Amino acid sequence: MKKELRFSGSGGQGVITAAVLLGEAAALEGREVCQSQSYGPEARGGAAKSEVIISDEAIYHPHVEHPDFVLAMTQKAADKYYKDLTKDGLLLLDEELVPNPPDFPNTRRIPITKLAIEEVGKPLFANIVALGAIVRLTDLVSLDTVKDCVAKRVPPHTVEANEKALRIGYEAAK
Amino acid sequence: MSKARLMQGNEACAEGAIAAGVNFFAGYPITPSTEIAESMARLLPKKGGTFLQMEDEIASFGAVLGASLAGAKAMDATSGPGFSLKQELIGYGACAEIPCVLVDVQRVGPSTGQPTAPSQGDIMQVRWGTHGDHPVIALSPWSVRETFDLTVRAVNYSERFRTPVILLMDEMVGHLRERVELPDSVEIYPRRHPHQTRAEGYEPYNPDPDGVPDTADFGQGYHIHVTGLIHDGTGFPSGSPTVTRDDIRRLHEKISSVGEEIIHVEESFLEDAKYAVVAIGGTARTAYEAVREARAEGIPVGLLRLITVWPFADAALHRLAERVDGLLVAELSYGQLVREVERAVHGKTEVRLCGKYDMTSLTPAEILADIKRMAGRDA
Amino acid sequence: MMERSYEKYFRENRLPHIWCPGCGNGLAMKAIVMAIEEKGLSQDETVIVSGIGCSSRASGYMDFDTLHTAHGRAIPFATGIKLANPKLHVIVITGDGDCTAIGGNHFIHGCRRNVDLTVIMFNNEIYGMTGGQGSPTTPLGRLTTTAPYGTSVRPFDACHIAMAAGATYVARSTAYHVRHLAKLIGEGIDNKGFSFIEAYVQCPTAYGRKNRLGDGGAMMKWMRDNAVQLSAWEKLPEEKRQGKFPIGCFLKREAEDFNMAYNELVNRAGGAR
Repeated sequence: MKKELRFSGSGGQGVITAAVLLGEAAALEGREVCQSQSYGPEARGGAAKSEVIISDEAIYHPHVEHPDFVLAMTQKAADKYYKDLTKDGLLLLDEELVPNPPDFPNTRRIPITKLAIEEVGKPLFANIVALGAIVRLTDLVSLDTVKDCVAKRVPPHTVEANEKALRIGYEAAK
Repeated sequence: MSKARLMQGNEACAEGAIAAGVNFFAGYPITPSTEIAESMARLLPKKGGTFLQMEDEIASFGAVLGASLAGAKAMDATSGPGFSLKQELIGYGACAEIPCVLVDVQRVGPSTGQPTAPSQGDIMQVRWGTHGDHPVIALSPWSVRETFDLTVRAVNYSERFRTPVILLMDEMVGHLRERVELPDSVEIYPRRHPHQTRAEGYEPYNPDPDGVPDTADFGQGYHIHVTGLIHDGTGFPSGSPTVTRDDIRRLHEKISSVGEEIIHVEESFLEDAKYAVVAIGGTARTAYEAVREARAEGIPVGLLRLITVWPFADAALHRLAERVDGLLVAELSYGQLVREVERAVHGKTEVRLCGKYDMTSLTPAEILADIKRMAGRDA
Repeated sequence: MMERSYEKYFRENRLPHIWCPGCGNGLAMKAIVMAIEEKGLSQDETVIVSGIGCSSRASGYMDFDTLHTAHGRAIPFATGIKLANPKLHVIVITGDGDCTAIGGNHFIHGCRRNVDLTVIMFNNEIYGMTGGQGSPTTPLGRLTTTAPYGTSVRPFDACHIAMAAGATYVARSTAYHVRHLAKLIGEGIDNKGFSFIEAYVQCPTAYGRKNRLGDGGAMMKWMRDNAVQLSAWEKLPEEKRQGKFPIGCFLKREAEDFNMAYNELVNRAGGAR
């Protein structure tokens, strides 16, 4: 088993953190993991892209060549990053922020940021909502392991809200 | 639960440094090495060590040299532009024989270049950047775990040879997170200490039989003098041509005399290879994948990965060149490693370059295409 | 007969020094060992760190652990030494070019960081070792080999810089006033923090000759006549200050030194030193 995932959006949306958390969970579950990212000079705004490769065997080239899964949190990211998806790959879009879905057969649209605002209270949680959805859609790691990783990484006073975000994303991907 | 965790290359560098006994770090923020300083800022105070953010790149390496002279195991980390600024003091460390480690997480240059993008364009500046004749030891990891291991090795070599050692990383590995398990403890080369007293005629720069001096630390009562001027065994400047020649020769020979012992390479699929790819650091991972794909298509190609970049693996390359029909050097630059490979193989085989300098790493497909061209297959 | 007890602080086999006849560096160096003797610093636990230039050759003549660093970098090296082994007394010898030009950034950040160092800047207002080029402290209008028509840039007052940048002890004296200079250096050693002492010294060869200031003796007479103790300086009306300069301790400031602050940081992090 080897799966290549790409999370894309703009700086500040947390796509790198989401990839790190998924990678941490996979590492804890005994999988080989490579997680990398590319970003511009901006801490907020600008293009951001992160990648995770999860495999049962040693991973050599550490970057995604043909993703099995792409998350796009902006229209720009969607237009740019869906093209090299594998034939039966999956494209997950933020429904509100990507109004014009690219022409790809296996596309899932979830109002990720809207859910974060309305259900958890802040757009800041959008990446964790997305992560919850990804856990369900890709079935690579268990929700419990991801929950543990989230709890360890986020500030203590936000653990509850983050767990809620994770659950909401997971439910939305039903 | 296992001790496996997801860790970034830069973090693993800091963890390796701490494991190897580094108790002093001075640095200046620079992408893409900053996480090393940040990790040291978090880890060192817990161990009672000293973390210093200095006013500039030169000051940070100066503080590292001073700390080492006072007995600390000291490290600094930077990227290409910072490395350029430190060059004079790297020469100072080589001349005054001060153990320390300098990490260079390479990025695209020249100048400010592309701060967040991967490159391997510092191969020559780490070797030849400072003025004058002096040897360099530079090690280049290809994984997060190996970053830990080579940081330990760099610290140990710096103590053994009493010289600054370069950990030559690239952004691909520095910012890569992988699943790693780290060892509980590592072997540590201790600081050399004087075998004689002042009364017995101790000279701080009089070399041991291995060519390396047992220079005292400051505060041990030896009243030593340390200078960047050419000096004799006493440590004091000398205007003598003989002393100058002997001093410069000894700096080289203390490292060259151990031969291939410190020149580490890794061979993959080379037993029956008719062609080989040569690469370092993160690019070697891509090359490994390309070689595997080429093998699947029936091309007898292997990979020679240079773990020790300097001193250069002349002998390994020479042996390889004698038995293959071509070498492909894969690197993230306009062509630096390739020049050194060409020099090492003395024209015994054809050397080609698969270079890239567009902010992105090479892909397995790109290297595979060049392997096919080398092997006379249509790409 | 006068006791020459300070001789034990010199490496006799490294003397004579390379300084020119009439140079003030030897007097400033003597003031440093007088202060070391007065304060009873152990030779085994005192490190002399210098940069590059005439003044910075002093480290080689002094019988301690000594470090002759690269041009401008004495303060960063000294910072590393002091923090790696806080029980060492670290004294920095630097020159006006070394400290305020090529090492200027280290100088101001050294003041800000307040590591327990005693920095003595030998100010001869010229680059002596390279043969008389203008430095950041060369007064306006003076002749140097790089200002053959006279300097046109205002000089730095290094003590003002040190005070503004946060040094916790700042003083100035001259090669003529050796005992006074030694007393100020001693106060700098006593100060737990970054101490800066400017030692005004004469360079008859590269500076005095070109500017017709006479030999070393004449230049020292000028110091005697124009250096004004701070208490007197403060009472001096502006018009009478012309051509003169103040000496003495300009500033003593209470502030936690770097090591103390860092030890608290280590405690916060749960470590121990």
